[in-house]
Amino acid sequence: MAAIKVHGYHASTLTVMVLCCLNEKEVEYELVLVDLPTGAHKKPEYLALNPFGVVPTIQDGDLTLYESRAIIRYLAKKFQGQGTNFLGSTLSEEALVYQWCEVEGQSFNPPALSIFSQIVFVPMRGGSTDEAAVEMNVEKLEKVLDIYEERLSKSKYLAGDFFSLADLQHLPCTHYLVNACGKGDLISSRKHVNAWWEDISSRPTWKINFT
Amino acid sequence: KPQHLALNPFGQIPVIQDGDFTLFESRAIAKYLAKKYMGQGTDLLGSTLTERALVEQWCEVEGQSFRGPAFSIIEQILLAPILGDSTDEEAVKISVEKVGKVLDVYEERLSKSKYLAGDFFSLADLQHLPYSHYLVNACGKGDLISSRKHVKAWWEDISSRPAWKKVAEKMKFK
Repeated sequence: MAAIKVHGYHASTLTVMVLCCLNEKEVEYELVLVDLPTGAHKKPEYLALNPFGVVPTIQDGDLTLYESRAIIRYLAKKFQGQGTNFLGSTLSEEALVYQWCEVEGQSFNPPALSIFSQIVFVPMRGGSTDEAAVEMNVEKLEKVLDIYEERLSKSKYLAGDFFSLADLQHLPCTHYLVNACGKGDLISSRKHVNAWWEDISSRPTWKINFT
Repeated sequence: KPQHLALNPFGQIPVIQDGDFTLFESRAIAKYLAKKYMGQGTDLLGSTLTERALVEQWCEVEGQSFRGPAFSIIEQILLAPILGDSTDEEAVKISVEKVGKVLDVYEERLSKSKYLAGDFFSLADLQHLPYSHYLVNACGKGDLISSRKHVKAWWEDISSRPAWKKVAEKMKFK
């Protein structure tokens, strides 16, 4: 069987999330580099795969699939029964996985990505960080993390007592917040969030992505 | 208020209670219902693993690319006056442009496929109903839809489903 092809960029948070998922599921893959700094993602060759011009996109046989959160759901289902079980064991558990996946996508990611964009991307492109925007988004993220703190005081992982897609979805952006944006205190100042972060970020399948 | 926050600590709606089980985030709720009641009513998830993957893909496109700018338009044109604020026309313009770019991709997709995920109505199409309804009927932005031949045909199809019309007629803020 041909290995799954992942079209993406090694430093792209969402590409790395998909690679980590593949590692967790013990599935072979081939990373096809889409060189973001040179605009490869906006060229016709890539747009033919993903008309939205963002990474990653996977090819699995005849199926071409984009949107990283949809990709990891597909992988979790296709390879259910091998590697890490990402979806819980019952209908209710799976629903809670999706609930916390949505929280990540709708409430955590937007402010986290804005912070990262302002602190890392904007200077990289020659602009200056908008400190007010950073402050506003830090405030939003603090409120979200307060809710996580409460949740994780009662539950080992977000969806329940099992590592799931919902926790996986938080790895890339949080990694950058802690290691590239100097915002580690958002995590370390919250006892249960900190314990959760140390747990999920020490998984071997995650650590290999950023060495 | 505390009563609602006890159900959803993020203070948002909707939340469902199904027996002992409480669930929030509308897209997660829709998926739960689609799975729990698979085999009755409309099949919203496709029939194969691949079809399901495409449903998830287009659900994510809605959640990540369509929803943001669509909501910004609704917020500025519909909600701001209700809250006593003024409409930021520049913000509307930027968001209209963003929605337009997304709908250009939809136009291409829907020229080859009856619905977003394939030739079957799915959660991905359903997720577009509420915001599109407000864009067309309350914000005067129907041209975003009507100016794109296949998007228009798709919109007319999905918005005429009885299950939708039943709830749409109640969509007023008072």
